[in-house]
Amino acid sequence: MKAKNQRLTLILVAVAAMIGAALLAMSALKDEAAYFYSPADLAAARPSADQALRLGGMVADKSIKREADGVTITFMVTDGKAQTPVRFKGIAPDLFKENSGVVAEGKLGADGVFVADNILAKHDERYMPPQMDGKMHKTGKVE
Amino acid sequence: MTAELGLILLLIAAALAALQFGLGAISLRNPQAGGHASIKPVAVLQGIAVALSFLCLIWVFLETDLSVKLVAANSHPDKPLLYKFAGAWGNHEGSMLLWVTVLGIAGGAVALFEKRLKVTSLTATLAAQAAISIGFYAFLLFASNPFERLNPAPETGQGLNPLLQDPGLAFHPPTLYFGYVGMSVAFSFAVGALITREVGPTFARAMRPWVLIAWIFLTLGIVAGSYWAYYELGWGGWWFWDPVENASLMPWLATTALLHSVTVLATRDGLRAWTVMLAVVAFSMSMVGTFLVRSGILTSVHAFAVDPKRGAFILALLALYIGGALTLFGLRIGTVREGNRFDPLSREGALVANNLLLSAILGIVMVGTLYPLIAESLTGEKLSVGPPYFNATTGPLALILVAVMAAGPVLRWRRDEWSAMARRLALPILFGAAALLAVVLSAPGIGILPLLGLVLAIGVGAASLAPLWKRNLRRTPLFTWGMVISHLGVAISMAGMASESAFTKETLTAVTVGETRSVGPWSVTLKEVHPVAGPNWTAMEGAMEARRGSTLIASATQARMFASPPTETNEAAISTVWDGQLYLVLGKHQPDGRWQVRMWWKPFVTLIWLGGILIALGGLLAMIGRLRRELKPKGEAA
Repeated sequence: MKAKNQRLTLILVAVAAMIGAALLAMSALKDEAAYFYSPADLAAARPSADQALRLGGMVADKSIKREADGVTITFMVTDGKAQTPVRFKGIAPDLFKENSGVVAEGKLGADGVFVADNILAKHDERYMPPQMDGKMHKTGKVE
Repeated sequence: MTAELGLILLLIAAALAALQFGLGAISLRNPQAGGHASIKPVAVLQGIAVALSFLCLIWVFLETDLSVKLVAANSHPDKPLLYKFAGAWGNHEGSMLLWVTVLGIAGGAVALFEKRLKVTSLTATLAAQAAISIGFYAFLLFASNPFERLNPAPETGQGLNPLLQDPGLAFHPPTLYFGYVGMSVAFSFAVGALITREVGPTFARAMRPWVLIAWIFLTLGIVAGSYWAYYELGWGGWWFWDPVENASLMPWLATTALLHSVTVLATRDGLRAWTVMLAVVAFSMSMVGTFLVRSGILTSVHAFAVDPKRGAFILALLALYIGGALTLFGLRIGTVREGNRFDPLSREGALVANNLLLSAILGIVMVGTLYPLIAESLTGEKLSVGPPYFNATTGPLALILVAVMAAGPVLRWRRDEWSAMARRLALPILFGAAALLAVVLSAPGIGILPLLGLVLAIGVGAASLAPLWKRNLRRTPLFTWGMVISHLGVAISMAGMASESAFTKETLTAVTVGETRSVGPWSVTLKEVHPVAGPNWTAMEGAMEARRGSTLIASATQARMFASPPTETNEAAISTVWDGQLYLVLGKHQPDGRWQVRMWWKPFVTLIWLGGILIALGGLLAMIGRLRRELKPKGEAA
């Protein structure tokens, strides 16, 4: 390399690479970040159907219903203020049960039913999702 | 009394760390004071004291001393012995004690074995290592005392999270920690070299084996963690872009970059400032990872407890050490001369490209991991960033990186010719083209990333062997073999990833006993379901039979119920055949009598971890090779 200052060139290349990476990250974040909603948020915001999102709350009492194929379930997620119906095809996690915390990942269908690709469940406060923690009581957050 | 002994040993270790730091600081100011001679034994003693303290913790777990709060909260008298033992670090306090134990042992090992570094640099390095230790001892003693007593002692313990009750717990965390915390040595070396202004090839050669050994452990820890998640979670995936996985991936990316740049510094005296920077960044990533995992701000099986005070404590330590090191870097880097120059097309050029790409991937992973936390603290908005983001961004960069990896080793140092490179890579390119043709013809619907992954894997696999061409294999240095095997491991692992993502077949269904369903080329029958009992769990076990042509495989999958704490886990039935794995999970029993069954056929998925092990093995060979060569002339080879 004939450049007078190779160190400067290297720094410029590195900075360019980092800016490129940052731009790539930002554009991907805009498309792919899944926002966290409670049923009440969802009722208020009505996000578009192709937007990946997360729905968190408690599984409503006596709301889990099984469909005939044996692997699809529907249930209601509640935050005390609103309820959202959820449909999920798959094996529900071991800790998934009524009256316990749940986070469903998926998309809101046009019919208002949340179609979950994945369900995360936590069986007690020790494993309560922090997102839910903030929603339910205002502690446990790092300032 | 064991708990009190452990606490006293911990206090002694903390005091020794303070002494070690003081001795280092004094002898750097006043070289005549004689501190250089005494800092080494202090570092060794500190390592011994903290290791003994950790043994005390293991001891109270082994005897299930329920008057110790940590044992009562995380253990149970009925737990199998292995999990009593490994349970010592299956919790917040114990894992932090393991953390500082590795820190202390690493410092002691440097004091004992590091002979190449100048005495002032070594003193500064040990002082830096002690400075890190002091902060984390304070964290343990003030915010996470593992030896705290309970009065009165409870009748029984709460048990260990059943997901952790797996042989993997005995292996994965310690391995990962040796890698994670082992990087503290590189950090301390960098700080030491900055303080004594000794950034050069000698520093690089001294640091390299330490970086290699930490990197080997980190690689193995990640591979083990990936396989553990794969078989224990029952989700059929091998990498979830979980923040905790990212927390281990980030230091690995930085360390891998460091490993390559340190070679430029050692061999060609180039990339001085950059190498020092990477050493600081690599361990900073380890600390960021510790903060993410241990502060409780993440949802994870790894996030044992939510305690904001602890998170703030670790965050303060993080700011102190990373900020301190970066400030030192800023103040001193002007005095580090520019290293030797090189052409863009040269071994150095390829290694710079490797470093930039690894750093870019690191940056992208870090942004994706931290963005949800930052967004929430700034705007209160809750969001998550998952596989779609990470795959779309890191996938293409990783493919470019691997392509550079094919070219790098066949390039000459300082300068090379494009035509010469093309000539040396002709055969691998031919292999890649053949693979392209074969894949496109046999699997026309394949996605672009898996296609490129497979093609590159074949081409790069061939290229990774290129440095051995026309060489006398017996006289090829061991570290060259190490590089070849590591690079081959990358190609093999990538082939596994591409094959898994392109060719996996999945069937999700509900069956009655005796029914057969197919997944890919396999016909799977649920033969029977019966109850079984383990030491601290009961389970429903599904006996499965899978048939493909004349091959017949019987396997068993369990849905386990643990009494303490009351939890269920799935034990997948994983059968390995030469061309992949059949992954069967027994789900829930339906009210109509059917059983949910989830089945995957994953062609060549095993290559992912096999490649990972080869990567680590290559690192081991490189380390042995370097040590042998460098210690020989001084007559120190044992």
